[in-house]
Amino acid sequence: MSYIGARVKRTEDLRLLRGVGRFVGDIRRVGMNHAAILRSPCAHARILRIDTEAATKLAGVVGVVTFADMAEVKPIPMRTGKVEGMERSLQYPLAGNKVRYVGEPVAVVVAENRYLAEDALELIDVQYELLDAVTDPWEAMQPGTPILHESVPDNIAAHFVVDVGDIDRAMAEADEIIEEEFSVQRHAAVPLETRGLVAEFDEGRGVLSVWGPTKVIHTNRMILSELLDMPESCIHLIEPDVGGGFGARGEFYPEDFAIPFVAKHLKQPVCWIEDRSENLKATNHSREQGHYLKVAVKRDGTILGVEDRLYFNMGAYTRTHGAVPAISGSAMLRGPYKIANYRADVFCILTNKTPAGTYRSPGRYEAAFVRERMIDMVVHRLGLDPADVRRRNFIQPHEMPYDCGPHKYHDVVYDSGNYPGLLEKALTKIDYPELKASSGKARREGRAVGVGIACFVETSGVGPWEYARVEVDPTGKVVVYAGCASLGQGVETVLSQIAADALNVRPEEIMVVHGDTNLVPFGMGSNASRTTVMAGSAVFRAALKVKEKLFQLAAGAFEIGPGDLQLVDGRVAVRGAPDRSMTFAQLARLAAPHSALKGGIQPGISETDFFAAPRRTFPYGVHVAQVEVDRETGLVQILKYLVSEDIGRAVNPMLVEGQMVGGFAQGLGGALLEEFAFNSDGQPLATSFMDYLLPTAMEVPHVELLSVEECLSPSNPLGVKGAGEGGIVAVGGALANAVSDALGVEVTRLPMKPEYVRDLARQGAQKP
Amino acid sequence: MYKRRVCMTINGRECRGEVEPRKLLVDFIRDDLGLTGTHVGCEHGVCGACTILWDGEPVRSCILFAVQANGARLETVEGMVPNDRDLHPIQEAFWEAHGLQCGFCTPGFLLTVKALLRENPHPSEREIREWISGNLCRCTGYQNIVTAVQLAAEKLAASS
Repeated sequence: MSYIGARVKRTEDLRLLRGVGRFVGDIRRVGMNHAAILRSPCAHARILRIDTEAATKLAGVVGVVTFADMAEVKPIPMRTGKVEGMERSLQYPLAGNKVRYVGEPVAVVVAENRYLAEDALELIDVQYELLDAVTDPWEAMQPGTPILHESVPDNIAAHFVVDVGDIDRAMAEADEIIEEEFSVQRHAAVPLETRGLVAEFDEGRGVLSVWGPTKVIHTNRMILSELLDMPESCIHLIEPDVGGGFGARGEFYPEDFAIPFVAKHLKQPVCWIEDRSENLKATNHSREQGHYLKVAVKRDGTILGVEDRLYFNMGAYTRTHGAVPAISGSAMLRGPYKIANYRADVFCILTNKTPAGTYRSPGRYEAAFVRERMIDMVVHRLGLDPADVRRRNFIQPHEMPYDCGPHKYHDVVYDSGNYPGLLEKALTKIDYPELKASSGKARREGRAVGVGIACFVETSGVGPWEYARVEVDPTGKVVVYAGCASLGQGVETVLSQIAADALNVRPEEIMVVHGDTNLVPFGMGSNASRTTVMAGSAVFRAALKVKEKLFQLAAGAFEIGPGDLQLVDGRVAVRGAPDRSMTFAQLARLAAPHSALKGGIQPGISETDFFAAPRRTFPYGVHVAQVEVDRETGLVQILKYLVSEDIGRAVNPMLVEGQMVGGFAQGLGGALLEEFAFNSDGQPLATSFMDYLLPTAMEVPHVELLSVEECLSPSNPLGVKGAGEGGIVAVGGALANAVSDALGVEVTRLPMKPEYVRDLARQGAQKP
Repeated sequence: MYKRRVCMTINGRECRGEVEPRKLLVDFIRDDLGLTGTHVGCEHGVCGACTILWDGEPVRSCILFAVQANGARLETVEGMVPNDRDLHPIQEAFWEAHGLQCGFCTPGFLLTVKALLRENPHPSEREIREWISGNLCRCTGYQNIVTAVQLAAEKLAASS
């Protein structure tokens, strides 16, 4: 029985369904106190004075900490996405002499309970000198606007250029040049569980323990050790159950320093759970991008070149991901199309808004929206067919691996893919001719119904390496240790399936350990849809090494060659003599130190693997949407939607489908509902779920899925590609194309809220 | 500080405590009683992660005070399991249909669905989506949750 490819029920579910999962808010430490954070109510101000005396004196308050208590600390460094110059706008854990966004942490209060801690917040007196704020990125770059960081006088945190081929020649040779300005609104991950940390310092042993970190805990331990000037081995980070990440949770935030620091400083265990209002103001925002796109095309729809000026609104500081949304977006802008001439001029701009970081398919959701919209604009301008223009421009399967050209910060060599093949499969599955026919009929009856296609290439499986260790414990239990993290995606189940295949044991009998720096010494974590590719491959290889050791032990015991052995249901048996077998438990006893050392072999059954990946993997797919627009109300109703994707190989198809639908729901939210709006003073306007609208079961339609396993990745032993982001990436593009088709007017921005759509409908009605 | 005594029945057991009037019911359940299966997602009554049953009806424990629940009969997710080993049919259905990913919203959904299926044992997809529209899920996109509810309805019908 092969477990890879099977729809195995998740091992994580039992504890989660019974309500006995352990999320960070469920952790209780003896003598634990509770922190609340005083946050700036101003978007841009100098701090003249902080008076904490009254707060400190309140009964039940253990302590109050400000920047003055940690004045030696360095700012939080970047862990990736580093572009030169970005180190000038990093953030200190607490505001020093200035605040730069509403929600910036200014002080930490610790008290017996959270209620008291919040009472104490009100007693802290901060004198602010208000400064003018700037929120628009274009304005922020102009001379004379408020400057956020002294060393960044133009508010441009980073600027870089991508230059492939000869864009000027492409423009010169074009039959038509089409230009448009696009924008995507600020929105973000907003997981259902807010952030939280529990920190405890064991003064006697000098060990600091922190529960709550996730995503990239080994990197975070390294950062914390640097900032606290403590050895990494004296810091223990433990990942609990996690209520969703989507790119935002798990990065090293100001609180990831402040809370452990406070626990050490006050010598008390401290718990901090973010409330939703803080979460919407202080957890990374994303997606706010403007694009000035110019496309050079031939009359037959061939795209000769693309030029893009990309503005990414970073908010007030550079966070740990540096410029990833801008890097990734500019690297993947061309998607599955053969566009040999490409120039992108990329600006990462600082404004007085919440700092921005990554969110599922960072930069690529935005890029797919602008690219697929642009292709449909080409289609409309030239009077061609949307599927034909895409077919005409696809990179062909025989051209793989396909090098898209140089990019300073991101390799873009597509490993494998059959873009035209998947488009055909998708169009067949959704019955595209019928969609077009029914849309046309509905339009003739006066209804605004339209169809949109969006094709994409995603990037996943980013390296450079991952760690796994597989052991057989003295009782014969297989235990997998991996350097990845769980954000809720089913990591334990998938890794157990992979180890189960290698060792011929049932997945539910395998224990998977991750997210504990004491138990797992190395790891690069879970982000960028890398876990199945990287941790999965390391686990597979380590498990195969364990198999070798088991055979070595059994061969010695049976006095035969290892080639005469096979794995059968948790036992090692002699081929052709099934009654001559040993269980894993028996083999583990042979490997116990007192017997192993006598036999001259290395005690224990424990094998480690570091899997290194020189290249990323590139899953790809197609979304197709049919929508009906209510011209009066501007409401967009989705009649039909297909998410199709080729991820090479699905370890657990049920989980892959779950990722596709879950990603789609978030993409829908971004396309129609979610927005972090700010007023011109930098005050956030969406600070609760009344204003920041997450899709409910009424807004998310039933979605059709097509998961294809055709183009394996040549870069890893399992042939897999990441499945985390293909569901979200093309939703903005597909829905916007469908709405444009329905109304006969080009959508150029997200979100397509009712007011915007109603305006478009009016424009469409006025057209001849 | 001023505290009041409260006494309520939760999952069939009498639970007592002493709370400030401003203490939220969800905080009383989680912190004072140690029943951490009920989660806090928003503290303003929108997301539904804090949903518990009060006399069988779904309520938002994050916008209720513990003192309001004095004398009430409540059920939390911990009360759904029949014993240490088995799952309630609704929990089984969620497991089989992959109706959860991170699991943070799940307790709220399970109790909401329990109330739904008691009131309407054979809901249509439309009715299911409307009933659960007060529970936010950020991971699943709801599709498998709907399937889980349909499966749960079948299981409950078969066992009755």
